Amino acid sequence: MSGPKLPHDSSDLPQDSGVAQTAENKLGKGTTGITRRGFLKGAGVTAAGTALLEGARAFGREAAATRGEHPEGVREFGPGPVAVTLQVNGKERVIHIEPRTTLADALRLEMAMTGTKVVCDRGACSACTLLMDDIPINSCMTLAIDAVGHQVTTIEGLTESSEGHSMQAAFLKHDAMQCGFCTPGMVMTCSALLKKNPKPTEDDVRLATAGNLCRCGTYPRIFAATLEAAGVSDSESTHNA
Amino acid sequence: MATTKIPSSTGVSPDAAQDMAGDGMKTVMMPVGVPGYTLRQEPRTMPATQPPVLPINADLKFIGKSPERWDGPAKVSGRARYTADIQLPGMLYAKFVDATVPHAKVISVDTSEAEKVAGVKGVFVIENLLGSAKLLNPSLEVSKYPIVRYAGQPIAAVAATNPQIAEDAAKLVKVKYDVMPFVVDMDQARRADAPMVFPGPANQAGTAGGGGGAADVPQTGNIHGPSVHTRGDIEQGFKDADVVVEEHYTTQVQVHNALESHGVVADWKPDLLTVWASTQGTASVREGLAGFFNLPKSQVRVITEFMGGGFGAKFGPGNPGVVAAALSKQTNAPVRLMLDRKEEQLSVGNRPSSDQTLRIGAKKDGTLTAIHLVSYGTAGCGTGAGCAGPATNMYKYASLRTEESDIFTNAGPATAFRAPGHPQGAFALEQTIDELANRLGMDPLDLRDKIDENSARRVEREIVRNSAIWKSRHATPNVDHGHIKRGVGVGQAVWYRNISMDSAAEVRVHQDGSVEVLSAVQDIGGGLKTVMAQILSEQFGVPPQQVSVKIGDTNYPVGPNSGGSVTTASLTPAVRDAAWNAAQNFLASIAPALGAQPDDLVLANGEVSSKSGKFQPISFRSAAAKMNTSEVSAQARRIPDYDRKAYETYGGVDVAEVEVDMEIGLIRVKRILAVHDCGRPMNPKQTMNQINGGVIQGMSYALYENRLIDSDYGLMVNANLDRYQIAGSREIPQIEVQLIQSYIGQSSTDASGIGEPGGIIGTPAAIANAFYNATGVRIRSLPMTPAVVLAALANTSQQKETA
Ligand code: FES
Ligand code: FES
Repeated sequence: MSGPKLPHDSSDLPQDSGVAQTAENKLGKGTTGITRRGFLKGAGVTAAGTALLEGARAFGREAAATRGEHPEGVREFGPGPVAVTLQVNGKERVIHIEPRTTLADALRLEMAMTGTKVVCDRGACSACTLLMDDIPINSCMTLAIDAVGHQVTTIEGLTESSEGHSMQAAFLKHDAMQCGFCTPGMVMTCSALLKKNPKPTEDDVRLATAGNLCRCGTYPRIFAATLEAAGVSDSESTHNA
Repeated sequence: MATTKIPSSTGVSPDAAQDMAGDGMKTVMMPVGVPGYTLRQEPRTMPATQPPVLPINADLKFIGKSPERWDGPAKVSGRARYTADIQLPGMLYAKFVDATVPHAKVISVDTSEAEKVAGVKGVFVIENLLGSAKLLNPSLEVSKYPIVRYAGQPIAAVAATNPQIAEDAAKLVKVKYDVMPFVVDMDQARRADAPMVFPGPANQAGTAGGGGGAADVPQTGNIHGPSVHTRGDIEQGFKDADVVVEEHYTTQVQVHNALESHGVVADWKPDLLTVWASTQGTASVREGLAGFFNLPKSQVRVITEFMGGGFGAKFGPGNPGVVAAALSKQTNAPVRLMLDRKEEQLSVGNRPSSDQTLRIGAKKDGTLTAIHLVSYGTAGCGTGAGCAGPATNMYKYASLRTEESDIFTNAGPATAFRAPGHPQGAFALEQTIDELANRLGMDPLDLRDKIDENSARRVEREIVRNSAIWKSRHATPNVDHGHIKRGVGVGQAVWYRNISMDSAAEVRVHQDGSVEVLSAVQDIGGGLKTVMAQILSEQFGVPPQQVSVKIGDTNYPVGPNSGGSVTTASLTPAVRDAAWNAAQNFLASIAPALGAQPDDLVLANGEVSSKSGKFQPISFRSAAAKMNTSEVSAQARRIPDYDRKAYETYGGVDVAEVEVDMEIGLIRVKRILAVHDCGRPMNPKQTMNQINGGVIQGMSYALYENRLIDSDYGLMVNANLDRYQIAGSREIPQIEVQLIQSYIGQSSTDASGIGEPGGIIGTPAAIANAFYNATGVRIRSLPMTPAVVLAALANTSQQKETA
């Protein structure tokens, strides 16, 4: 089963807690304090789109389309597109998006960076994993505006790095993919693991990928590839061929 | 005709076999059997134009080896472009409006509010629904719109400039229903007073991937069937039996859940409809769209460069395909329509449930005298729940009777799912055979040796017999004391050789030394692109990464739809034949410049050399520069298999080791040994990867997966990936795959497929038999959740007490 999943799992948190579940969970501290799910629930859905009430902390200086000041420092953005500046793979990108846009959609639709995949769109499969300040997060559960001020690394960016390269080479060597749709998320998760834990055991890899669903069933190869990339011997692994 | 020996070379030298008899045919010896066990040479007759026979893998350089996945670099870097990644200028995003009730007549669909939303460019209301069974007499239902037969059935779609607007606007479409009584539970649906899903007989055609049910069968209420097959005299068979085992089994509905959902990007232009599709068959999508819109096939182009999993559910355009195309036509813009995860679980297929009563009679020595299977299953508002394949085809028997019925329910239609009917059927058959071995006091492998003559399966059982996991099995069940009990069990798989003659390829050699192969066929994750590159490498002597593989586009020569494990078996001979012919054309083209005869030239190790030593070997690239035209090419089409009389089934033997926690009812699968055959393995590493995947899907099916529909509301309650449970990284056991080479002498590559037989058929049964070996208790219901396990354990202890 994919659940319970650490650290990707958000199912144990209240669904409308108003806490950035994914980011909270992974970053270990709140970021901006608004979740996509909690926000959408509170804001309701109208044909004209949705306005966003924001704790003004994260992107006040970037947001162009501020509609007015609310009491207690709360400002409202949207419902129309706002200008948002993101740091993606070391480059500054300015996009115009509705505030409710997820980071995954912002990358895929606004920046044509389609390496990040969206599968469940609700935090249950980790196909959309990318790094925010080196911490793996589910980008379908993170609003693009919540990424303001953070360093976002996608699979495209990781590919340029040496650690990305060695993980990818290990994935190739062990044929740790079939259809490949889960693969970018797997590569992100596994290389994030090695950043935190350069010499993992197979159990560590299993735990790290517990939130990453692979329907083709390539897990044994992914374990072997990650251990190989870590330079950990692969003697009694599940790998075959 | 002439008979020759296998050439000892790698098959690149011109064939010594000539068409002596002048009938256009030649007879040559081919390797047949399993190296190390049964390998021998057998004569095969084939067209004289066939390339030289390939030796076994050990004597080849690229075929049968495991070079890295050809498109792996694109996949690991996120560069691979899947359908969901296609972005075209001005592209619109479409969203379905789905039925919120399980059974209703749609009175009206009011799209006016949705149309007013800024950014909405088109709205389409479905009048012709695909996928579900069709009433034979449509006049029994008079309705402008399709009758809603399951919650989640698409009703309309909205196309807008971004996905958020489309989603918002879809919510504003008002559908007025005349709600009808419904039934979602199969047992309730079988009752005489159950609400009728269809008011009269209805049939569902299969897809290119199989599925679909029998058409010429009776239909009573919701019961469609039985479809009856008999062989021999079943009554006599049971009379002749010394032992009769009869048991009842049930299995659940499983949902495919490929990670990439169903969907397309459709771009309708006046003279060409171009569709990027997440499909297992570019050909099936083209055919479906051409038929639906009455377009010549030549004006429909389908592209599938990368595909994020299908498992049987992705053939034809389906509702997303036709609706996106219609919206594109209407809006004059490209339209993307990808299902969301909920829709994916509700409306585009599943593996039907089963309820099987299986009765088997045998002699004391194990000989099967009779097999009688009565099965029911629900494919929702479709058909195709039959599961008699294993009972019919796995073993030898004196007589057989199978009676398969579909039960209609108000749930999404089933479609082919990896080895349709076989995991269900094997779950029952292989436990019954295990039980029979028990009653006869025979070892389960010995009993199978008695009743299964398949030569590959015999070798596989021999490998199992000598394996550590099998040797660790207790000969009698329920040996362990304490609350964790350990057991080992076995289950076999059976599958069939299916060949699609719609398999063609073109190979081109360019003057700059580059080589390419083209076919409309798609690679759905099995690794076909790699295998095609390997075939060209073997022929031309250049490494696979130097070969360009261009597939997944109906602009190229026709390719098979990837269902039934046909792809590798069907397409690779066409690729090899085209490569061989292109190589001959290439050699003829450069021979004059080299002052040699074409048949004096040899292509190997990235070089062209002269057999007679006329010149020093030169690189392939500099040889290509001597071509007398800028390109030489050849196309080849699949020719029929050489000797269909020699067909045997494919399959394998799967062994599971489990630990059962008797207190909490948890089954942990510790180890799996999967021993399989699929003709000549073309790329063993990729093949074994697929078997891993089949084993994992089989284990996941056996222990976790279950589509749950609430009987009171008719809604699926776990249409997502957090509550629909699938085996994840922490549940994966140690998996050992042993892939045997099993040459069958049928084509110029002698390859077969593995997608269907590899793991998903035998593993659930092996786990169930391991559970019995651990506990002495039979578990006859899937999934084997702790509740089911505890119930089975409690049931047996009760039975013991009352006995
Ligand atoms: S977790 Fe983001 S797509 Fe599944
Ligand atoms: S490779 Fe297909 S889902 Fe993982």
